[in-house]
Amino acid sequence: MKTRKKLDSNTVLIIITIALFVFMYAVGCVMYQDKGFGNFQTFLNVLINNAGLICVTCGMTCVMLTGGIDISVGSVIAMDCMLLVYGMTEWKMGAVPMVILVLVIGLVFGLVQGFLVGYLEIQPFIVTMAGMFFARGMTAVICSGQISITEADNPIFYKWANSKITLPEFMGKVNRHGKVIAPYMRPTVVIALLVLILIFLMLKYTKFGRNMYAVGGNQTSATMMGLNVKKTKMLSYILSSFLCSIGGILYCLNTMSGSVNQAKGLEMDAIASAVIGGTLLTGGVGNVIGSLFGVLINGTITVLVNTNGKLLSSWANIATAALLCVFIILQSVFALVKARRNN
Amino acid sequence: MDNLKNLRKKPLFLPIFCMILVLLINLIKSPTFFSVSVNNGVLYGRLIDIINRGSEIAILAVGQTLVVAVSAGTDISVGSVMSLSACSCCMLLAGYGNNSVSTLVVPMAVGMLFGVLMGGVCGAFNGALVAKLKIQPMVATLILFTAARAIGLLLCNNQITYIRYEKYKYLGNFIPGCPIPTPVFVAIIVIIIIAILLRKTALGLYIQSVGINGRAARISGINSDVICFICYLICGICAGIAGIVASSRIYSADSNNIGLNFELDAILAVALGGNSLGGGKFNLAGSIIGAYTIQAITTTLLAMGVSTDKAPVFKAIIVIIIVVVQAPAFKSYMAARKAQRAQVKEAA
Repeated sequence: MKTRKKLDSNTVLIIITIALFVFMYAVGCVMYQDKGFGNFQTFLNVLINNAGLICVTCGMTCVMLTGGIDISVGSVIAMDCMLLVYGMTEWKMGAVPMVILVLVIGLVFGLVQGFLVGYLEIQPFIVTMAGMFFARGMTAVICSGQISITEADNPIFYKWANSKITLPEFMGKVNRHGKVIAPYMRPTVVIALLVLILIFLMLKYTKFGRNMYAVGGNQTSATMMGLNVKKTKMLSYILSSFLCSIGGILYCLNTMSGSVNQAKGLEMDAIASAVIGGTLLTGGVGNVIGSLFGVLINGTITVLVNTNGKLLSSWANIATAALLCVFIILQSVFALVKARRNN
Repeated sequence: MDNLKNLRKKPLFLPIFCMILVLLINLIKSPTFFSVSVNNGVLYGRLIDIINRGSEIAILAVGQTLVVAVSAGTDISVGSVMSLSACSCCMLLAGYGNNSVSTLVVPMAVGMLFGVLMGGVCGAFNGALVAKLKIQPMVATLILFTAARAIGLLLCNNQITYIRYEKYKYLGNFIPGCPIPTPVFVAIIVIIIIAILLRKTALGLYIQSVGINGRAARISGINSDVICFICYLICGICAGIAGIVASSRIYSADSNNIGLNFELDAILAVALGGNSLGGGKFNLAGSIIGAYTIQAITTTLLAMGVSTDKAPVFKAIIVIIIVVVQAPAFKSYMAARKAQRAQVKEAA
């Protein structure tokens, strides 16, 4: 009997991810020490800026577990933000009804996409690509300019966006005047982490969560086991779009504005985060903890590019794309090696 | 009735039907739709506009058809690759860092060839990922979908590079003395070359057999990886050519706007052309008619006052309708309904 637990390729991928994050952060700390990169607040800012992305990536991970993909998320976020901002400034609606409306729209959007993918068996990429252009177009239909929301428009929403959760002082740093500045974070981070934990528990302990792994692992055997493959797939898309709507609200709380070009390429960030976090594109393997590290890596890249100041912001896009490329190549190499070993 | 049914089974029925439908709607809305006039020695008119503006989509659709046929997936990077090839061409012509020039640094042909080559490199990259590493086509092309536009921005130093050189405008507009817009000729040349390649060599047959069953094709001695790679390469080169044409139209490289939403148009053209997005058999003529139909729809939408950023809503709905009608699950459901109705009729 083997006593040593054998490392499988998926664990290796997650370890690579975590190591990469630590390495990148350490490099950042050393390179930009004078710009305050090493502060705990910088790390919290990464979380604050990416709270929406964490939610979206959780949804993306669930869809990818079933072997599908959802590239509509970026546009859906743009649509949500625009709707929230437009509703509160032009229609003078309250914050709570608008949030509920956005969540309902997310559910409906997911229902349509999920039905098309699950029950009509159309390729997920085609369906969600149509969804991507549809949502982006709808954003322009609502309003084609850029609008932002101020305190006068909706005090409640403004209060939500600007409330701080101050952390204990010992984590903070001492400023020039010898005064301790306590680090803070926003409620959006708490919501995002709560979502992450809920999805983690759901994937691990509920029937639906395990069904998703089964469907993604091998659809034929899942059918033979008596699982409702179509329903599971549909539910995964509904979940993804719903989480995407939550992500959109968090994103809007962070930016407080809506424009047609908002969150462009966010689908790429979400997919890259999930893939970097060890979710297999073929489905069946992955979990949201890995995805969290994927998001953190993604956020760190952006912060590194911004802190540098001289680099164009498109470098962040290129770096993310390159990382995605490296990781999917790694995945497919592992898969090829595995297939060869089995033969 | 039987004749109609036979007609419906013809491969070109769907694209031609859609084309006629769109043109009819236009004709009813504005009777002057088909009028063509000559101004300053060049042709003007809605119809000419559609044929002119549809050139890029037609060129993209040719490449996209092959990709869809061979790998049952689509190349969603074509729009971004267009932008990259336009940027690399203009960057080379203007010299790095200059954003408006009237004299060229290198000969024009070199710049254009470099742009097309850039498209080819992108195609080869996609092809290698899909054919060699067996990554799903759309995930593989998603990388360039984001990265190519960003690289283009870097090449142009985050600016719009203008080439104010008279001859550079010829490709996207008019050659003096010729009343027909040049992009039409470019599209025709590309289509003819690809058609000859498919008809006169066995490539077309190989692509179909790899698309229908890659394993069977390999067993019967076709190197399916190479065939798949070639298709992506051709698609990349087509995107490169389309990018140069689009850049010449506005004699500049506007990385954020060239090729925007063109991936949707190209895929829609393939679907409208009656090709199954599930791969296998393909019909190049259908895709090309589909491409011009898309352009007709776009022009119609613009004429109706729908701005370019809102147009994707309608196109997305059309895509969904087409794929739903094509879906095997939907077809079998409809067949079952039909059989049920026939049974009820018989019983009565």
